[in-house]
Amino acid sequence: MSAAGGQLALRDVSKSYVGRDGREVQALDGVDLAVGPGEFVALIGPSGCGKSTLLRIAAGLEQPEAGEVLLDGAVATERLGRCAFMPQRDGLLPWRRVIDNVTIGLELEGVGSAQAREQALPLLERFGLGDFAQSWPWQLSGGMRHRVAFLRTAINGRPVMLLDEPFGALDGITRAELQQWLLEVWRDLGTTVLLVTHDVSESVFLADRVLVMSPRPGRIVAEEDVPLSRPRELRVEETPEFAAAEARVREALRVAVTGI
Amino acid sequence: MSTPADRPSRRLLRRLLPPALVLAGLVVAWALAVSLFAVDPEVLPGPGLVVESTWADRSALAPAAWTTLQEAVLGIAVAIFLAVLLAVAIDWSRTARRSLYPLLVASQTIPIIALAPLVVIWFGFGQTPKVVLVALFTFFAITVGTLQGLASSDPDSMDLLRTMGATRRQLLLRVRLPSAMPQFFTGLKVAVAYSLVAAIVAEFVGAEQGLGVYMTGAKNALRTDLVFGAVAVTAILTLVLFGLVALAERLSMPWRRPAQVEADW
Repeated sequence: MSAAGGQLALRDVSKSYVGRDGREVQALDGVDLAVGPGEFVALIGPSGCGKSTLLRIAAGLEQPEAGEVLLDGAVATERLGRCAFMPQRDGLLPWRRVIDNVTIGLELEGVGSAQAREQALPLLERFGLGDFAQSWPWQLSGGMRHRVAFLRTAINGRPVMLLDEPFGALDGITRAELQQWLLEVWRDLGTTVLLVTHDVSESVFLADRVLVMSPRPGRIVAEEDVPLSRPRELRVEETPEFAAAEARVREALRVAVTGI
Repeated sequence: MSTPADRPSRRLLRRLLPPALVLAGLVVAWALAVSLFAVDPEVLPGPGLVVESTWADRSALAPAAWTTLQEAVLGIAVAIFLAVLLAVAIDWSRTARRSLYPLLVASQTIPIIALAPLVVIWFGFGQTPKVVLVALFTFFAITVGTLQGLASSDPDSMDLLRTMGATRRQLLLRVRLPSAMPQFFTGLKVAVAYSLVAAIVAEFVGAEQGLGVYMTGAKNALRTDLVFGAVAVTAILTLVLFGLVALAERLSMPWRRPAQVEADW
């Protein structure tokens, strides 16, 4: 499952939509960003700043009104099926056992279900879900469901992963555990990740680079490198380097929101 | 994990006991009223007489019930086929939704039962007109249920599969149709509850065999006890059909939580 390529760029992307009151809302206004192969980038911004819209555009679920999306340096207009995407809610299919939820992406590509299971089982075992392979989704805790959802997103081996607030709905303890788990899986997969979040310490803990978005219309207004070594453990959050990086992102976010 | 009180057999008993007691009470009241007021059995036979005469006439009643049951089941099968086809078409294509859905709703203002004579004129006195009438009478509930079920598909799951490159056909087969199953079964349960009634009404209009014919004959002979017997048989057959659908529902959706399964009966 090693990933070839894995470069994602958005050039001057704008998008507006008609809101519930019938007025046009500018969601994104000239967004430029680039994520390099194997890089982990977090996109942070106040709620409603259009970060989910941005991710949906990158995934190909929506098209920008202006601007373009590039994959591996080439303009990509048909992007569905090219990037791995994980929605905010886990979206597990309740009528499929855990293993069959994970294999769905392979099945869609025409891999036979027996072969797909063979491919998925080691992955489940390696990442702590082996005992749950035959469970129904309702039997899992929220954290477990998210792990399943993540492996399902990862199994096709797409070089770019787009994660839309994957841990937003989880409690703090589960969340910390999953962040750590995500880093381990990511190190194994070596994919490019663009993660949307509204949690500053999550963005610093996970990412190589944090992009800060302004409130609507969304625009990238700041960029902070995270100079923490990898592999990272939860303890890194106690270090002064972590605190400094977190403070810089928080300050950039404050400036983005208040404008002062 | 399950305490003794949670065992399925116990649960079923707990569920069945109260209505059985109420029913028994009603039957006892019926028997008492008939004997206390010395009611003419041609007007209201007592429960004992109904059971006795019905059992005595079983060689005539059984083939009648069998005929009607076949009509009802075939009619339901046709209805399922049409309803799922129609629901998928309406769900699939905006044109189909705009052109068919209003007509579908409007078609329910037609009193289907009143179509029975027409159906007999078109299809004769055999099995076909009964099957047609049962299908016409029951397909709406299944269509509406299936449509709602299709629409209840989780948008996040749909988006996710689209990002995996799923085609519309794959989305239909892997997300929308499975999502529709619970509501399909709800519609089907409503449909089977009406299926025997529809078959019997079709038989009233013109038939050689069946519960409708049996009831008409018993009525003309002033055998009120046998009319009651046929009504009871109809009710029992309907309950059996309903139970079979509930069983199919349980077996075809093994993924549901126990609380969801419990709501089937």
